[in-house]
Amino acid sequence: MENKLIVSPSPHIHGGDSISKNMYGVLIALVPAFLVSLYFFGLGALIVTVASVFFCVLFEYLIQKFLMKKEPTLYDGSAILTGVLLAFNLPSNLPIWIIAIGALAAIGIGKMSFGGLGNNIFNPALTGRIFLLISFPAQMTTWPIVDALNAFPMTYTDATTGATVLSLMNEGALDKLPAVSDMLVGNMGGSLGEVSALALILGLFYMLWKKIITWHIPVSVLATVFVFTGIMHLINPAQYADPFVHLLSGGLMLGAIFMATDYVTSPMSKSGMLVYGVGIGILTTVIRLFGSYPEGMSFAIFIMNGVTPLINSYMKPKHFGGK
Amino acid sequence: MLRTFRIGGIHPPENKLSADKKITVLATPKQVIIPLSQHIGAPAQAVVKKGDPVKVGTLLAKAGGFVSANIHSSVSGKVNKIDNAIDSSGYKRPAIYIDVEGDEWEETIDRSDALVKECTLSSKEIVDKIAAAGIVGLGGATFPTQVKLMPPPGNKAEIIIINAVECEPYLTSDHSLMLEKSEQILVGVTLLMKAVHVNKAIIGIENNKPDAIALMQKQAVSYPGIEIMPLKVQYPQGGEKQLIDAVIRRQVKSGALPISAGAVVQNVGTAYAVYEAVQKNKPLFERVVTVTGKAVSNPSNFLVRMGTPISTLIEAAGGIPENTGKIIGGGPMMGKALISAEVPVTKGSSGVLLLTQEESVRKPMHDCIRCAKCVNVCPMGLNPTLLMNATEFKEWELAEKNYITDCIECGSCSYTCPANRPLLDYIRSGKGKVMGIIRARKS
Repeated sequence: MENKLIVSPSPHIHGGDSISKNMYGVLIALVPAFLVSLYFFGLGALIVTVASVFFCVLFEYLIQKFLMKKEPTLYDGSAILTGVLLAFNLPSNLPIWIIAIGALAAIGIGKMSFGGLGNNIFNPALTGRIFLLISFPAQMTTWPIVDALNAFPMTYTDATTGATVLSLMNEGALDKLPAVSDMLVGNMGGSLGEVSALALILGLFYMLWKKIITWHIPVSVLATVFVFTGIMHLINPAQYADPFVHLLSGGLMLGAIFMATDYVTSPMSKSGMLVYGVGIGILTTVIRLFGSYPEGMSFAIFIMNGVTPLINSYMKPKHFGGK
Repeated sequence: MLRTFRIGGIHPPENKLSADKKITVLATPKQVIIPLSQHIGAPAQAVVKKGDPVKVGTLLAKAGGFVSANIHSSVSGKVNKIDNAIDSSGYKRPAIYIDVEGDEWEETIDRSDALVKECTLSSKEIVDKIAAAGIVGLGGATFPTQVKLMPPPGNKAEIIIINAVECEPYLTSDHSLMLEKSEQILVGVTLLMKAVHVNKAIIGIENNKPDAIALMQKQAVSYPGIEIMPLKVQYPQGGEKQLIDAVIRRQVKSGALPISAGAVVQNVGTAYAVYEAVQKNKPLFERVVTVTGKAVSNPSNFLVRMGTPISTLIEAAGGIPENTGKIIGGGPMMGKALISAEVPVTKGSSGVLLLTQEESVRKPMHDCIRCAKCVNVCPMGLNPTLLMNATEFKEWELAEKNYITDCIECGSCSYTCPANRPLLDYIRSGKGKVMGIIRARKS
């Protein structure tokens, strides 16, 4: 008995939280948005998501096993999550070979080249999306329009394509925008996971309830965009769309709730999170209103990812007994 | 809304298995081992030698400095030897071995159960009696009590705060003491108030002890100036700075003493010991110890003589379970893993916790995913993962700038980390290193 006692420093108990619990928690939070995308985009959404997850997991496994020569950590769920998030940022008619390239960029460049989970500077899924956006601008900005007649349409690369809310706004065709109620449920063109604000917000509440994330980043991003676009709309309603349209269009919800909140690439202190969120909001609005790209969300998050180490070294947590 | 401290905190499963157990008096063992260092500060110096006869309450060793405490015999018998013994720190340190014969107490000790409320002593006399009785903080920190009752010049006590939160999971010794000795505790608090010249005291009790709160509230009515404050269950509320923040909404500045916020914090067990010392002339030689664990057949609260081997307590609680992996002196969050069950009970022993093999093994660690959960739970508002990295890479300046010396070692960070990183292991060692650097710089 004597010799069998384990002696280690306190604490002697652990709360049972784990990386995989958090990753699978986020995946559960993404389920409503995925179901909506299946309803509106059908077969295409299914193929793109499955392909993206498959390639992300495959590349992670191959790189860990043969390049890094260490035990693959697929069980932690992070590659699956990257795969789903990448897919959600893609049009549902994107060919599989392009998805494979995106997955390689996401996992290979965005994650593994920095040393794997926890060490990357930029959000891997965003890295993949931006890589594809720059490399295949035509395919990446031609979105299928929602089939008004069928739930789960059986179309993939043959889907009918059309303009999105943001491209209409960018062209100044504010009168052709869909109704806000349609935008809320996701009945509009766009990347497959970004269209339904309602489903994404449902996911946000789940993550807040499970304490996977805190409110600071999503709320600061959304509030900043709302205020900024609201002011511009008040100044010139003919040129700038109303702030609700901005909130519900493009990748804003998906980005604010699921991409900007990526643990690894966002700040650690509450104040830092707010600065980061406001930064994303401002950059997104500037790109949307004054840039040549219709959507600025991915670039905004990407830029603020790069600023995160700086934010971390200036924005400290509120110190007990401090000023 | 119940109050609690305002930064960080966690709520681990409470597991108060022995909450409904009455305090049982444990039989005196055949031999006790009484370490000379049972408190923070200089070890006490032995005033007995081999062969000396002693009674219960006889002074064995006197305080070895300003921050130190007297130590008394917990049994009657003969000093067998003064030799090294392994204590809860795991090191061999000097201790007095006493062979027990009978149970004869010093005549000065009032052994009756009668409650003595009146006290005509001056505050200085009260403090002197507390010092003579060798009382130290019984919550586990074991800081000599009389030192806390003598505020340094320029500071003035405004309030006594009694720590009855017992925020560590499993432990119930304070809880059981409140249920059985509530009046004595209240008298003790009154004495503490008199000692530091204040007319207000607040007893903070966590809301998971409704019976103790109700009883204490009922009786506190006849003790002017004493308020019972139920608090929201939150670990580490028993931390001195956290409790002050919870109870009077003041944050003690980094590096400052609690007295700078006008507060003198004492554990509820200490208040009871003060009562016994001042009103009953009884030195501190016994205490309530919880023996607990999921595999323990009969989790209990024992009244134990100091120096009793922990194995005796475990035996009385049903014996060591087959699959025991760890024996912890104290609670699961801040207790020390013992290297042997033969370690003696000392003034700081609030509990003995037995964990099973499965509970004892740490899971493998992964890279930090910067989820900031450690930052969110840190009750001192620190960035644990940054401090761990600073320690790992020996960046002592960075660690100091980020207040590593403010860490109270509560373990909330390690408890929470989803990557199972041993944050506190690193921070504790880094803190020691940085404190050494600061001391060297000052001298």
